[in-house]
Amino acid sequence: MTVLSSHDFWAVAPEIYVATLACVILVVDLYVRSVRPCAAAYPLTIATLVSAGFLCLDGLFEPTQTVLNGLVVRDSVSAILKSGTCFGTAAVLFYARDYAAARGLWRGEYLVLTLFGVVGMMAMIGAAHLLTLYVGIELLALCLYGMIAMERDSVRAAEAAMKYFILGALASGVLLYGMSLLYGLTGSLSLQAVSGAAGTLEVNSLPLMLAISMLVVGLLFKLGAVPFHMWVPDVYDGSATSTTLYLSAVPKLAAFAILLRLLSTGLEEWIAIWQDMLLVAALASIALGNVVAIAQSNIKRMLAYSTISNMGFLLLGFFAGTHAGYSAAMVYAVIYMVTTVAAFGVILALSRSGFESNSLDDFKGLNRRNPWLALLMLIVMFSLAGIPPTAGFFAKLMVLQAALDAGFVTVVVAAVILAVIGAFYYLRIVKLMYFDEVEEGVLTISAHGYRRSMKWVLTVNAIGLIAVTPWIGKVMDFIGRSLMEFGVS
Amino acid sequence: MNLFNEHLLSLLIWFPVVGGILVLATGGDRRAMTARWLALGVAVITFALSVPLWTGFNRSTADMQFVERSPWIERFHIEYFLGVDGISVPLVLLTTILTIVVVVAGWKVIQTRVAQYFAAFLIMEGLMIGVFCALDGILFYLFWEAMLIPMFLIVGVWGGPNRVYAAIKFFLYTLLGSLLMLVALLYLYQASEGSFDLLAFHHLPLTGGVQTLIFLAFFAAFAVKIPMVPVHTWLPDAHVEAPTGGSVILAAITLKMGAYGFLRIAMPIAPDAAQQFAPLVIGLSLLAVVYIALIALIQQDMKKLIAYSSISHMGFVTLGFFVFETRAMEGAIVQMISHGFVSGALFLCVGVLYDRLHSREIATYGGVMKVMPVFAFFMVFFAMANAGLPGTSGFVGEFLVILGTFSVNAWYAAIAALTLIVGAAYTLWMVKRVVFGEVKNPKVSELKDLDRREFGVLLGMALGVLIIGIWPAPLLDVMRVSVDQLLTHLSVSKL
Repeated sequence: MTVLSSHDFWAVAPEIYVATLACVILVVDLYVRSVRPCAAAYPLTIATLVSAGFLCLDGLFEPTQTVLNGLVVRDSVSAILKSGTCFGTAAVLFYARDYAAARGLWRGEYLVLTLFGVVGMMAMIGAAHLLTLYVGIELLALCLYGMIAMERDSVRAAEAAMKYFILGALASGVLLYGMSLLYGLTGSLSLQAVSGAAGTLEVNSLPLMLAISMLVVGLLFKLGAVPFHMWVPDVYDGSATSTTLYLSAVPKLAAFAILLRLLSTGLEEWIAIWQDMLLVAALASIALGNVVAIAQSNIKRMLAYSTISNMGFLLLGFFAGTHAGYSAAMVYAVIYMVTTVAAFGVILALSRSGFESNSLDDFKGLNRRNPWLALLMLIVMFSLAGIPPTAGFFAKLMVLQAALDAGFVTVVVAAVILAVIGAFYYLRIVKLMYFDEVEEGVLTISAHGYRRSMKWVLTVNAIGLIAVTPWIGKVMDFIGRSLMEFGVS
Repeated sequence: MNLFNEHLLSLLIWFPVVGGILVLATGGDRRAMTARWLALGVAVITFALSVPLWTGFNRSTADMQFVERSPWIERFHIEYFLGVDGISVPLVLLTTILTIVVVVAGWKVIQTRVAQYFAAFLIMEGLMIGVFCALDGILFYLFWEAMLIPMFLIVGVWGGPNRVYAAIKFFLYTLLGSLLMLVALLYLYQASEGSFDLLAFHHLPLTGGVQTLIFLAFFAAFAVKIPMVPVHTWLPDAHVEAPTGGSVILAAITLKMGAYGFLRIAMPIAPDAAQQFAPLVIGLSLLAVVYIALIALIQQDMKKLIAYSSISHMGFVTLGFFVFETRAMEGAIVQMISHGFVSGALFLCVGVLYDRLHSREIATYGGVMKVMPVFAFFMVFFAMANAGLPGTSGFVGEFLVILGTFSVNAWYAAIAALTLIVGAAYTLWMVKRVVFGEVKNPKVSELKDLDRREFGVLLGMALGVLIIGIWPAPLLDVMRVSVDQLLTHLSVSKL
């Protein structure tokens, strides 16, 4: 109980590694003085994230082991998701760099908070215990509050941070209450033990239903699923775009992980209780996200509603409680992250110092101004809309397939019809870029003022969404294999 | 040579797609000429590649030929499965021929974003060939949907004043239909215990109720594409707003994808439901044939008139399918090919006029024959073909469909035959008002006749119409065995 054995140490080495280096970077940044902000901290952070990304992959496809007295689980799922989190965050920082620098956000603290956020996500991903889960969630959330609030001159950012903080705290309270109830009922916070206690509890008991309901509500809140989605558009819109990129894309992998850990490992025996809640939340998210997105004139708000509907699809993979559904949801989360990073990457490439490319109208005539960027955005939009041959289509296909597999034909038909509504607002971006012309006399910002290296990374990121098509089966197998040994019947 | 034949279909699909990407890479309008010649080169080579498909096709078997099959997404048993039979070969050739026509037709007209324009058509060519060759459900769906993206851009970027509305309407209509098809495919995957093989679906036993639902889901996808009444309203909008090349491809090939879907997917998978819904489909077809023809009669806009005429002619195609009779079905397929040439050519004719006066209104013109005799000849010729004049391809298809229908139900045939009258009326009336009469508009008197490029394009189309019209035997030979086999399959109940 007292000593950290080497076995335990290696299992959580990536977390320790990132946390330690985050502290180092914090100190280094104070001592290195340079004209350019973060001259030392930025390369160090990227190096940390990339090396941690590879470090996490160590132990992939090895048998599952629970370490640190049952606090942390180390399996293939966590290896892939942690690695994805590290690489995704590296890409986010790469895109965010110039934008954040132009707004005075590019400081050592920003990078350190990002890194601690990554540690939080890694804790969520590897959680085998409700306590680890909660600590991870809170660590990430606190970093995000700080990152949003760092844009001190912006009233909107302060408002967003405040809103996010208060609502986030409320959600945490609900989640904690649920956990404490569960502890009272089962006598343990370990997910395995909770699951093991299933036989001793009556399914229809009110305290159990209350506990599970509170857990699910807390999770839906963190995910931003309807009806707990109100904070999403405001926070997305109010934050600096570089922060929005971070908080909208990468944590979805961790969100998937906590759903998997909690619902599948911990509460699978009580699927009857949470299944309907998840189903309603999923369909309501898809419906509301897609319908309300149509009315947005701000691309960040639009993408916020798009996230809500995408979370709906993620939940759709989950609610059936089948192995196929979990692996569909995992593929969905990964593809969603890559697509969202690319979408915000284009927005960041278009933004200049003193100019936010937030309004949909800023995309007008982009094809005329910068055809390459327009083409990349076109691919990203079609991927978000789920039109083949993009990766987004295969993600949706897997989810629908899994739901149909579980016998929910009506649900699938409903989701499909709502997806058509969703296609409209992605098409509108394409329409603005390709069909509309820039109005004469309106000053438009050059669409070429971004780094050349950013162009290449963006190209790989967006073209990859189509280029992966011939090998999409391999990607699915890779992810499916990691879930294979996951303790799902 | 063997290796070439084994991968011919892949080559036909991916060569134009890669060519299109290369055209796109030529970049801005400064290098427009390079883009044009490159596009033409790719289109011609693709056509040349499709010739061995015609010559090397074994006409004595209904089996799939030039088959390529390799696993793609093994998790779901999705395969990269291609193959052609007698029904798809003519459609592939139609696609490769018309792409050349479209490239040449857009040569001078398109002056902005030239590379993107030609690239879109080439990529679309590959995807459409993919639709006609795919034998795996998901692969089919992939091509079917992906094709929407270039078409959406073509209508939206190079189209007329109301192009945005038309493009989005086109996209959303088709998407809704297609997604229902996707649900049906997913259902069939469950029912077949893990396969997306379309040919295996043909032999999958399904109960009556399931067949009904499956058929309706596919019907939604294909009826929108064809289009059938009452989901036809996107077509006039899209046609009118699309640039000439877009209209040609829409009318000539995209609509055929819907009809092809019935033959390859909806009918063989759910034969009993197809029989059950036959009266409904025939009713809608006859409605299209007669009612839409009457609507065409009153159009003021030439493109709209041809668009409605397309719907009416496609009614013939669906009628021919759903009477379950050999001659009618063969006639319907001939009609598909013929309509590709005739409607494509008519849109080109309108394009020729539009390029000169920037008006599609019938009333703008009159007496064109006096100033553009060569053009007038072609326009009258294609109008006659559209009206089904013997000797043209339009006659062969319609005659066979009516003949076949007559042996099943004389009333259907009688109503369908009405269209020969109404069809002649609206086409000839349009020709009368545009081509003949006195020159009333001073601008018309300044029109120049066809240049060599336009002449060549229209001559090519006219030859196509004449060859099929006078000597349809090779075309019928190619499809005969496949059609017989399909009808035999349809006559066996799955229940």
